[in-house]
Amino acid sequence: MDSLDSIVLTILLFWPLVAALLVILLGRSDSLIKKGSIWASLLPLGLSIYLLFQYDSGTGGMQFEQVAKWIPQLNAGYHLGVDGLSVPLIFLTTLLSTLSLYYSAGVINERVKEYFFLMHLLEFSMIGVFLALDYVLFYVFWEISLVPMYFLIGIWGGENRGYAATKFFIYTLVGSVAMLLAILGVYFATGTFDIVEAAAAQPFAGNLTLASLAFWGFFFGFAFKVPSFPFHTWLPDAHTEAPTAGSVILAGVLLKLGAYGMLRIMLPSFPEASVYWATWIVGLGAIAIVYGAFVCVAQTDLKRLIAYSSVSHMGYVMLGIGAAAAVMTPDALAGAVNRFGLSAQAIQDSAAMALNGAALQMFNHGIITGALFFLVGIIYERAHSRDLSRFGGLATKTPHFYGLMLTAAFASLGLPGLAGFWAELFTFRGAFAIMPYWAAFGTIGIVITAVYILYRIIQNVFLGEYDPSKLSHWTTVQGEHADGPTDMVGFEKVTMWPLIVAMFLIGIYPTPLVSYFNQSARELLAFVQNLV
Amino acid sequence: MGDLGYIAPEIILLIGGLFIFCLDLAYDPGVGKKSGLSYMALSALFLTAALVAAVLQLNISDPEAGPKVAYSMMTIDNFGSFIKVTIFSGMILTTIAGGRYMNRRSGNQGEFWTFFLMVSLAMSIAVSANNLVLVYLAIEFLSITSYMLAGFLRENRRSNEAGLKYFLYGSIASAVMLYGISLLYGATGSLYLHDIGAEFSAIIGEATEVSGLAFAALPAMLLILAGLGFKASLAPFYQWAPDTYDGSPTPVATYLSTASKAAAFAVLARFFIVAMASFEVNWVPVLAAFSIITMTMGNLAALRQNSVKRMIAYSSVAQAGYILMGLVAVTSSSPSAMDGLNGVLLYLFAYLFTNVGAFLVVMALEETVDSTHISAYRGLIKRAPWLAVMFTIFLLSLTGIPLTGGFFGKFYVFGAAIQRQYFWLAGIGMINAGIAAFYYLRVVREMFFTSEGEGDILDVPMALQTSLLICTIATLWIGVYPSAVIDWVSNASVQLLSVVP
Repeated sequence: MDSLDSIVLTILLFWPLVAALLVILLGRSDSLIKKGSIWASLLPLGLSIYLLFQYDSGTGGMQFEQVAKWIPQLNAGYHLGVDGLSVPLIFLTTLLSTLSLYYSAGVINERVKEYFFLMHLLEFSMIGVFLALDYVLFYVFWEISLVPMYFLIGIWGGENRGYAATKFFIYTLVGSVAMLLAILGVYFATGTFDIVEAAAAQPFAGNLTLASLAFWGFFFGFAFKVPSFPFHTWLPDAHTEAPTAGSVILAGVLLKLGAYGMLRIMLPSFPEASVYWATWIVGLGAIAIVYGAFVCVAQTDLKRLIAYSSVSHMGYVMLGIGAAAAVMTPDALAGAVNRFGLSAQAIQDSAAMALNGAALQMFNHGIITGALFFLVGIIYERAHSRDLSRFGGLATKTPHFYGLMLTAAFASLGLPGLAGFWAELFTFRGAFAIMPYWAAFGTIGIVITAVYILYRIIQNVFLGEYDPSKLSHWTTVQGEHADGPTDMVGFEKVTMWPLIVAMFLIGIYPTPLVSYFNQSARELLAFVQNLV
Repeated sequence: MGDLGYIAPEIILLIGGLFIFCLDLAYDPGVGKKSGLSYMALSALFLTAALVAAVLQLNISDPEAGPKVAYSMMTIDNFGSFIKVTIFSGMILTTIAGGRYMNRRSGNQGEFWTFFLMVSLAMSIAVSANNLVLVYLAIEFLSITSYMLAGFLRENRRSNEAGLKYFLYGSIASAVMLYGISLLYGATGSLYLHDIGAEFSAIIGEATEVSGLAFAALPAMLLILAGLGFKASLAPFYQWAPDTYDGSPTPVATYLSTASKAAAFAVLARFFIVAMASFEVNWVPVLAAFSIITMTMGNLAALRQNSVKRMIAYSSVAQAGYILMGLVAVTSSSPSAMDGLNGVLLYLFAYLFTNVGAFLVVMALEETVDSTHISAYRGLIKRAPWLAVMFTIFLLSLTGIPLTGGFFGKFYVFGAAIQRQYFWLAGIGMINAGIAAFYYLRVVREMFFTSEGEGDILDVPMALQTSLLICTIATLWIGVYPSAVIDWVSNASVQLLSVVP
C-alpha cells in the first residue's frame, strides 16, 4: 500500500473539491445530486478511517507527509501531514460531513445544487486546515472555510439569516487578518512558511514583546473561531439562524479549527509567550465555562441554548490548553515544582493530561453537540418552533427521540459511561495540578450545566403532561399536517445512531482515541522542553 | 530599430488613434449608420498589438543589462513594461466589453475610440517617462483625454458633471504639480529623475544637515504628490473620484479606476524611488499617513452607498490606500521576495482584473436592467447565475479572501509592512479589511440570500461575457498559482531599484 500512502492525503483533500465540481457540472436532477453527494462523501470517510488504522502511534510524529513546490519565491510549499492530533479530527470532519449530507438530503429541497456544492466545498476547506503544514496553505483553507458557511447560513438560514451570516463572516475575518499579520511576522523571523520548520526555528525566542504580539495575533484568529469569551457573540446568532447541517458542521468542526490552531501553532511556536499568557487563556476558558452555562439557563430558544452550551464546552478546551501551556518551558516547570511541591514528572503528566482532555473534548464536543443540533433540527422540522415554553411532555409522544436526546444531553453533561465524562475528567484533573483556583472556579460550570440540561432541556421539553394547546401546528418531517408530535423516521435514525454509538464507545473504552491524542500531547511537551 | 523599437507600443497606439480618427472623418455612411463596433474592434486590435509589443519588451530585456533609454526621455525597463502590460490588458478587456454600451449611448464612435487609444498612449508614456517635463506632459495628456471621455455622453447631465468635476479638480492638481517640478529644477538644475536623485544624494551624502537648496525638495515632493495623488485618487485628493466614476460612461469609469490608477502609481513609485531616494525618511511617514487616510475614508464612505457603481468607486479609493501601503514599505536596498514594490505591482496586477471585472458586472446590469442601484442585484443568482458567481469572486478578491488575486496583493503589502515593522500601519489595514468586507458582502447578500428577485433571465452580451470570463480566470489564476506573476513582478522591481543612485 506504499503507493497509496504517498498520495492518500492529497486524495482525501481534493476529493470533496472534485465532488463539488461534479455537483455543478453533472447535477441534472436533485435526487441525483443528493445520492451522488452522499456516495461521494464516503470516500473521504473511508480514507480517514484508513488513516486511523494506518497511523502508527508508536512512531508518532508527522506521517503520510507530502511536500511539493507551490510558491518557491516565498518558500511557501504544498506541505501536508497528519499526527495524533489531526487524525481523529479528520475522522470527525468526514463523519459529520457524511452524516450532514445524508440528513440534508432528507430535508433540503430548495436550491439543492448550490447547497450540496457548498457542503462539499466546506468539507474540502476543513480537511485542508487539518492537513496543512504550511502557513500560507493553512491560511488559505482557514479563510475559504468562511465562504461556504457564510452562504449556508445566508441562503438556507432562518429569518434573520443575513445579519447572522454577515456577523459570522466579519468577526472571523477580522480575527483571521490578525492571524495573517502574525504569520507574516513569523515568516520574516524564520524565513519559512513551513509550520514545523518555523516552530523548530523558534521565532522571536528571547524577545517577549514581539513573541507576545505574534501570540496575540494568532490568538485573535483562533479565539474568534473557538469562540473564546469575549469573542463569542457571533456564535449564538450564527447557530440560531443556520440550517441544521450548517449548525452541526459549525459546532462540530469549525469551532475545533481554532483550538486545533492553538495546539498546532501557538504552543510549539511561542512557548515563552504561551507560559507568560497562560493564565489569561485559562482565565478566559474558565470564565467561558461558567458564563456560558449561566447564559444557557436563561435561554428560551432550544437551539440558542445548545449554541451557548458550545461556548461553555469549548471553555474546557481553553482551560486544558492554557493549563498545559503554563508549565511548558523548563523554567516554568521548575517554578511549578517549587510552588506545588510535586515532582517534575507529576507536573508534566498533569500537563499532558490537560492537553489530552482538551483534545478529547474537541472530539467529543463535535460528536455530542453535532448530535444535539441534529436533534434540535429534527424537532424543528415538526414543530417549526424552538421556543422551550411551547414544548412539554414529548417523552410519551416521541420515545425514540426522547431516548436519543437523553443520551446526547447526558453525554454533554458529562455522565460517566458516556463520551463527555472523560474529557471533563482529564481536563480538570490536569488543570487542578497547575492552576487550582481557576480550575475550581470552572467546576461551577459543571453544576450549572446539570441545571440547564436537566431542567431546561429534559424537564421542559420531555417530562410532564403533553399539552396540545401549547403548540398546534405540528407537521411530519415531510411537511404534511400532523395531529401532534411524530417520532423520528428512518433517515433521521440512521443519521443519529452512529453518533450515539460513538458516545457510548468512547464513554466505555476511550483508550484507543486517547492514545492518539496522548502521543501528540507528549510530543508537544517534549518538543518544547528540548528546545528552549 | 534602436530607439524606435523601444517605443513600439507607443507608436502602435499613436498610429491606431490617428487611423481611427481619419477613418471617422473620411468614411461617413450617413447619420445613425456608423458602426461603433468596427471602431471598437479596431481599437482592440491596436491595443492587442501594443500589448504584444510590451510583452516582448518584458521578455527580451535582459535583467542584467539594465534599462534602455529611448530618446533620452523615456526609460524602457521591466518595471515600465510590466505596468504597460497591466494597463493594456485592462484597456483591452474594457474595450471588448464596452463596445455595445457606447454604441447605444453615443453617436460619435470614432471620436470615442480615438480618445480611448490616446488615453492608453498617454498612460504608456507616463509610466516610462524619466524626465519631469515629459511626466507632466503625459499626465496632462492623460487628464485632458480623460476629461473628455468622462463627459462624453453630452446629453447626460451626470456625465457632464463627471467631466467638469474631473476637469476642475484636475487642472488645479496639474498646476500644483508643475509648481513642484519647477522647485525641483531650481534646487537641482535638472529635470531628469536620475540626475535629481544623484544630486540630492550628493548633497545629503556629505552634509550632516540639509544644506543648499535641498530644503526645497520637501515642499516640491508634497506638491508633486498632490498632483499624482489626484490621479491615483488618494485621500484627501479623491473627492472627484466617486462623482466622476459614477457619472462617467462605465467603460471610462472602469479604466479610470484601474489602468489610470496603475499609471499614477507607476509614476509615483518611479518618482519617489529614483528621484527622492535620499529623502526616504521624510516621505515614508507622509505616504503612510496618506495610506491610512485613504483606506479609511474610502471604506467609511463606501459603507453608506446604495448605488453599486458608486460603492465600487469608493472602494477603489480604499484600495488605493492598500496599494500605497506597499510603496510606504518599499526597501531601496537589498530587495527581498516580499518587497513593498513587489507588493505594489502584484496588487495592481490582481486589482486590475478584479476591478475591471467588478465594473463590467455593473455594466452588464446597466445594459440589461438599466440600473446601478443595489436593489437591481436582488436575487441575481436566479436571473443570471454566472454573473452573480463572477461578481462574488471579484468581491471576495477585493475583500482579500484566498484563492483570488486580491489575497496575494494584500498578502504582499501587509507582508512588506510587517517586514519594515510598521505594525500600526498593518493593524489599521486589518481593521479596514473588516470594514470593507461589510459593504462587499452586502451586495453578495442581495444577490444570493433571496431568490425572489423580479424579472426574467438577463441577456448579457457575448462580448461582455467574454471579458468577464477572462477577468475571472485571471483573478483565480493569480490567487491559486501566483508563482509566474511573482517572477515578473520581482524582475520589474529589481530593475527599478537597481538604478537608485
